[in-house]
Amino acid sequence: MKTAQSDGLLNGLTVLDFSQFLSGPSAALRLADLGARVIKVERPEGGDICRSLYIAKQKIEGDSTIFHAINRNKEGVSLDLKDPVDHQLALELIASADVMIQNFRPGVIERLGLDYESLKHINPQLIYASVSGYGNNQSSLRSKPGQDLLAQCMSGLTWLNGNASDAPTPFGLAIADLSASYQLVQGILALLVRRGKTKRGGLVEVSLLEALVDLQFEVFSNYLNGGDARPSRCSELNAHAYMSAPYGIYQSQNGYFAIASFAINKLGEILGLDELARMDDSRLWYSERSYIYARLAKHFVSENSDYWLGLLSSHQVWCSNVLDWPELFAHEGFKVLDFVQEIEQGNVKMLTTRCPIRINGQILKSNKGSPKIGEDNHKILSKLAK
Amino acid sequence: MQAQDLPLAGILVLDFSQFLAGPSAALRLADLGARVIKIERSGVGDLCRQLTISNLTVGGESAVFQTINRNKESYSTNLKDPVDLEKVKSLIKEADIMIQNFRPGVMQKLGLDYPEVKKLNPNIVYGSVSGYGDEGPWKHKPGQDLLAQSMSGLVNLNGNADQPPMPFGLAVSDMITGAHLVQGLLAAMVKRGIRGEGSFVEVSLLESTLDFQFEVLSTYLNDGNQLPQRSSINNAHAYLGAPYGIYQSKDGFIALAMGSVVTLGQLIDCEALISYDNPDDWFDQRDTIKSILVSHLKSQTSQYWLDKLEPADYWCAEVFDWDKLSAHDGFKELAFTQTTERGSDHQFHTTRCPINIDGQRLYSAKPSPLLGEHNDAIETEFFK
Repeated sequence: MKTAQSDGLLNGLTVLDFSQFLSGPSAALRLADLGARVIKVERPEGGDICRSLYIAKQKIEGDSTIFHAINRNKEGVSLDLKDPVDHQLALELIASADVMIQNFRPGVIERLGLDYESLKHINPQLIYASVSGYGNNQSSLRSKPGQDLLAQCMSGLTWLNGNASDAPTPFGLAIADLSASYQLVQGILALLVRRGKTKRGGLVEVSLLEALVDLQFEVFSNYLNGGDARPSRCSELNAHAYMSAPYGIYQSQNGYFAIASFAINKLGEILGLDELARMDDSRLWYSERSYIYARLAKHFVSENSDYWLGLLSSHQVWCSNVLDWPELFAHEGFKVLDFVQEIEQGNVKMLTTRCPIRINGQILKSNKGSPKIGEDNHKILSKLAK
Repeated sequence: MQAQDLPLAGILVLDFSQFLAGPSAALRLADLGARVIKIERSGVGDLCRQLTISNLTVGGESAVFQTINRNKESYSTNLKDPVDLEKVKSLIKEADIMIQNFRPGVMQKLGLDYPEVKKLNPNIVYGSVSGYGDEGPWKHKPGQDLLAQSMSGLVNLNGNADQPPMPFGLAVSDMITGAHLVQGLLAAMVKRGIRGEGSFVEVSLLESTLDFQFEVLSTYLNDGNQLPQRSSINNAHAYLGAPYGIYQSKDGFIALAMGSVVTLGQLIDCEALISYDNPDDWFDQRDTIKSILVSHLKSQTSQYWLDKLEPADYWCAEVFDWDKLSAHDGFKELAFTQTTERGSDHQFHTTRCPINIDGQRLYSAKPSPLLGEHNDAIETEFFK
């Protein structure tokens, strides 16, 4: 059994997180789990708006469950950045920080005098990280809200999901925020690597829109090179608008199972479907996929999932059950991951997931919960005053 | 940006991986300034060279391979041949980072697992991608995107309540895992810069796809394990109330993000919505509210609705396809596309790195390598 303790790759580094909601704060969380000290800077009144963004109406100790999940393993400082005294305190914090993250709407951080140009003289080694919705301050989309669903809709992503007759279908999670967050962490860490060699700070900027077009880079590049002019989702069982059959999720007599890519003629032989066994031109597996999907769908409802998975696995077809969370959590394959952890805020305990990255064979866990607004003001700010 | 100013200038990456998760991580490192050498099997190479999507090839090669593997060099070798293996070990001694995504046990058999590589190069940062971790009953299961989506519960969050489990329509597990690998590798490089030690970084498709769901999984873990319920109408997120979703207008589609249902009713003159003044109802009765919106929004064009909503800063957007996106000034200003060149008759159009550094966008015209294209140059540089 591997022990659960942080290897602390980023031990000794301090991150100031001025951001709200998901994109910036989840980037700061990753840095915290990798060993950095993260100080969340919030406005005194209400703090991060995510505190009151309840999903499925759920809250714990007055804050939304997702706020706790996104902001665990951080300290909390409250500052009114429009107040001169607090503003000065912010500058002092920034002067000794390694990384600063912000995701205000374009123009706000400049009005606060906390943009990179204003700060790089105070701290030339600072890594300054910004998330926007659609690019820099000059963008003609600068007034659009940098919100996940809206960015999905503008990026073309929603035309890849669902079946051909469906309306454009969003990806059912905050994929724009999370993709931008991943890229922000990458950029921050790359600049820290450079700083290690050159002692130079730097600026990293990502946006939800660029993150989502990057997420589509495979299929968008097909579009750019004149493949299918536009993505065409399959009429049924669409799992990927550009993949050939049999790629998809099928209904069996008692549930659902997934099949990844496999030669249709060989699959036809395994299943005893002569019309598929004859399809030895692999181009047909894409061009005739509607026909193939319909044929397979009709065939697979006749037996239960285990029957098909047994048969297909024995022929090295890549396939798996479709699990719901209770089935997943009960499975030995999930239990060995030790993926759930308990976090504490005062006397309140809640469950969440851990960092997905393993370092030197160890999983990274932390039981430190999210901070109350300004919870660490005394500890952190009193040091500055002296 | 000058090559020497790129954040990872001077860093050598050996990429033994195939398909998408590992190679997309290596691409990101390349765009951030590292030198990436793909170590490929002689005669065959990365199996992605044979994989096309929508049957598209450009210049006789898989388009998707070229997308993922631009800005890299290729060194072809036979790792089962002792002479070749020694050469690869010499390369490893010079490398800063190596990446592999073979099935568990393969690198061990070759003597290229982390404990062995560490003996050759104690400072190396070694990255491994697996499907489901290296222990437990799933360790030999194929590490494939759709299977990881299906096993992680992700497919139960997508589509409407009356639809079967619906995959996210892209290789999101691979992409996310690749992104997490880059995070781990670079964090380890930061540590190496400070403390001069290498590290072993592991990610898996399953863990990364679960992390991607961390908000909703945390909700599930603390709500008495209630299963996610997708909305019956225009589902966009199983855990969000009305109006969150995409709606058809008279001439297209618009998206409405989170916001007050009452305010929305006032802005679009929909009397039936204004009575929903208890925010709890926006979640509990979301399908009723959304069905009212569906019939109301059909009556006018997208622009008509946007003109009512945008001035009030109500969160909304028109739904673009790629044609509309590409034609929009906001997209053109990003200058997000670039062209790689292998001679004048083989140009390949693709996207750039999405991370902007020091106010600069990062471009590279270097195409994906032919199999073994750089063997001679690499042998001359490292072995002579």
